[in-house]
Amino acid sequence: MLNLKPITALGAEVPQVDSFDGLEIAERADFALASLAARQGEEVLCATKAQAYLGFALPQPGQGSLAAPFSAFWMGPDQWMIAAPHDRHEDLASHLKQALGESASVSEQTDGWCRFDLSGAGLQAVLERLCNADLASMAAGEARRVRLEHLGCFIWCLEPSQSVAILGPRSSAASLHHALVGAAKSAL
Amino acid sequence: MMIDHPLLGLRDAQEFTYLGDASLIDRPDWQAEDAQDAFHDYLYLRDNPAGAHRELWFHETGDRSWLVVTRNTLTHEITKVELARDVARARGRSK
Repeated sequence: MLNLKPITALGAEVPQVDSFDGLEIAERADFALASLAARQGEEVLCATKAQAYLGFALPQPGQGSLAAPFSAFWMGPDQWMIAAPHDRHEDLASHLKQALGESASVSEQTDGWCRFDLSGAGLQAVLERLCNADLASMAAGEARRVRLEHLGCFIWCLEPSQSVAILGPRSSAASLHHALVGAAKSAL
Repeated sequence: MMIDHPLLGLRDAQEFTYLGDASLIDRPDWQAEDAQDAFHDYLYLRDNPAGAHRELWFHETGDRSWLVVTRNTLTHEITKVELARDVARARGRSK
């Protein structure tokens, strides 16, 4: 068997953490992701089965839900992103597909994205230099897709005005990280 | 310019990209006898109204939905915003 070594989105063995006066930027490599799209005409069945599996109702437009082990946010009409801890849910997509059957289409997303968690009192000052998400208006669990460093990213509110997760395309993780660190150095 | 997204509320126009006339939803039947003429008109002929204009916008840095936006080409006033899928289904498409 091949002896493969897992690396983070930034190519290291352990996730990168950058600390500033008022902000911590922490790479997160411990989350599994899967996207869920209700099939046409199956929206009600999909919602029922998803609620039974996840333990909460699929979020309304613009909203999200933070819980254990599953979290979710709305991505678009009849589409959601589901997240769970990677150590026990590495096969999240296949379990979701089994639970939802023909009512939904499920895609593995884990390695398509990188994730950086930003937290601290300086969050607003840094985020407003990066994108036009209105942090003050975001409740816990809500997510917005924004353009950040020319990349389509999600801003996912973990704790109102205090902590967000930024999900960006994994192949551009270093560019995204560079932008986050640059904005933090500039603002703090 | 702000676009009143039917699901997400007022959003900045820079989040959207513009495609063109909403008549692009009415794609001709490619198997029809007159398909060649129909596609010529579909592809090249556009009304160019000075006033209300229905057009397709894509919420690119948002929820990736297509919208039919009714915009006054003289004033840029936006009077109506619909999800393009609702418009298409109402016309018998994508059932």
